[in-house]
Amino acid sequence: MIFKRIIPCLDVDRGRVTRGVQFQNVRDIGDPVQYAQKYDLDGADELVFYDITASSDGRDLEMNWARNVAETVFMPLTIGGGVRTLEDCRRLHLAGADKISIDSGAVSNPNIIREASDHFGAQCVVLSMQVKRRENGSGWETFVNGGRKATGLDAIRWAVHGQELGAGELVLNSIDGDGTKAGYDVELCAEVKANVDIPIIASGGAGTLEDFYEVLTKGRADAALAASVFHFGTYSVEQVKQYLKARGVSVRLEPSV
Amino acid sequence: MPQNWRLKLGQPRVMIRAMKTLLIDYGSGNLRSCAKSLEVTGFDLQVSSEPNDAIHADALVLPGQGHFRQVMESFLDSGFEHAVRAHIQAGKPFLGICVGMQILFDSSEESEVPGLGILKGDIKKFPKTELSVPQMQWNTLEAVGESPLMQNLGSKPFAYFVHSYYAPLELGSNGAKTDYGLGFLSVVSHENVQATQFHPEKSQKTGLKMLKNFRTWAEKI
Repeated sequence: MIFKRIIPCLDVDRGRVTRGVQFQNVRDIGDPVQYAQKYDLDGADELVFYDITASSDGRDLEMNWARNVAETVFMPLTIGGGVRTLEDCRRLHLAGADKISIDSGAVSNPNIIREASDHFGAQCVVLSMQVKRRENGSGWETFVNGGRKATGLDAIRWAVHGQELGAGELVLNSIDGDGTKAGYDVELCAEVKANVDIPIIASGGAGTLEDFYEVLTKGRADAALAASVFHFGTYSVEQVKQYLKARGVSVRLEPSV
Repeated sequence: MPQNWRLKLGQPRVMIRAMKTLLIDYGSGNLRSCAKSLEVTGFDLQVSSEPNDAIHADALVLPGQGHFRQVMESFLDSGFEHAVRAHIQAGKPFLGICVGMQILFDSSEESEVPGLGILKGDIKKFPKTELSVPQMQWNTLEAVGESPLMQNLGSKPFAYFVHSYYAPLELGSNGAKTDYGLGFLSVVSHENVQATQFHPEKSQKTGLKMLKNFRTWAEKI
């Protein structure tokens, strides 16, 4: 059976959960451990954390917040943010990441995907992509640096290359959709899915329950990731899952979760 | 008089002390969650990379993730092989997790390096279908035969899987099966050897309940 996953995503800045719109206007909304516990009880299938701490001064190299999360909830944790070297991967892994998310670092050095995959196993390596529709309508382009810098790299080709390099999963962050609640980029997901075998996670744009349904069915995404709608209580994870189940999508729903 | 009457009489004494359990640290990645999950479910846990520590353990837990060959090679390099075989031969409780389960088998399609051959059979790769490989999701467990791990989990418990290779179901298998395009063995219960393809330490309350089940069973044998 396939059970589609619902994944809350948390941006962490200097050990605190934050949320901005289209990578801007960041504001502090709470403690990572409390959020993790809340989503654990709410039936989240996994949690994704991005450490968006900009300066190395502010960055907690020991990742104490991640350690605390990993010792509090017993569920799959993906951590990313500024990963460029195998040493970065090791640091996140030891802090409790089951999967390491590599984003801009893989664009400047694709080999990091292969090294990380060889070292930790493909199941541990997530290629996270920031993707934007080309204005002329000819597909999608990969961006870096919080969606600010174009790379010229075609998103579909980059996804396929990521799989070849040894990524075990892809996160497709639609920059057009991020924080806007205007819906996932369903076509992007469907197009990537048609070209890779590994699981894909849709990200960016979740606003309505219908959005989740669309991307998991028409978009063929294996999982849907969202931040705002969960953090600000628009929907609970369980509500999303109940809705999906009612519309015939298999999800994990357990009695007392 | 049954031969084990002394054990029966002595049981309250045995129950008082916690199960001395060794989580084998042979460089197979992050053991933080695994260690913590065993602690919160009541094991008296030691995490060690020293094979001699295994002698004093009531139970051994063998984690593992990544590539079969690499896991197998690190395991052999760790010097734990003799201790693990002796522990299992002595009939003591043993738990293997994920690739820590797979290397207990004879071999794997992932690797030319053979497994430990403690469990019979070959680990196979998921065939190419429309299903994503690796399987990276929660999936349901269905008990097959007798398994101490599968007690009181409710109907259709979910566990978290991450794997591209699987142990085939055999006639007479004990444990649990899971369906991902085909049915495979997600839990193996073979005498004193228990093993899970999924990660109990990542499977929320179902996973923790199974670790408790392991402890309850291990305290009795």
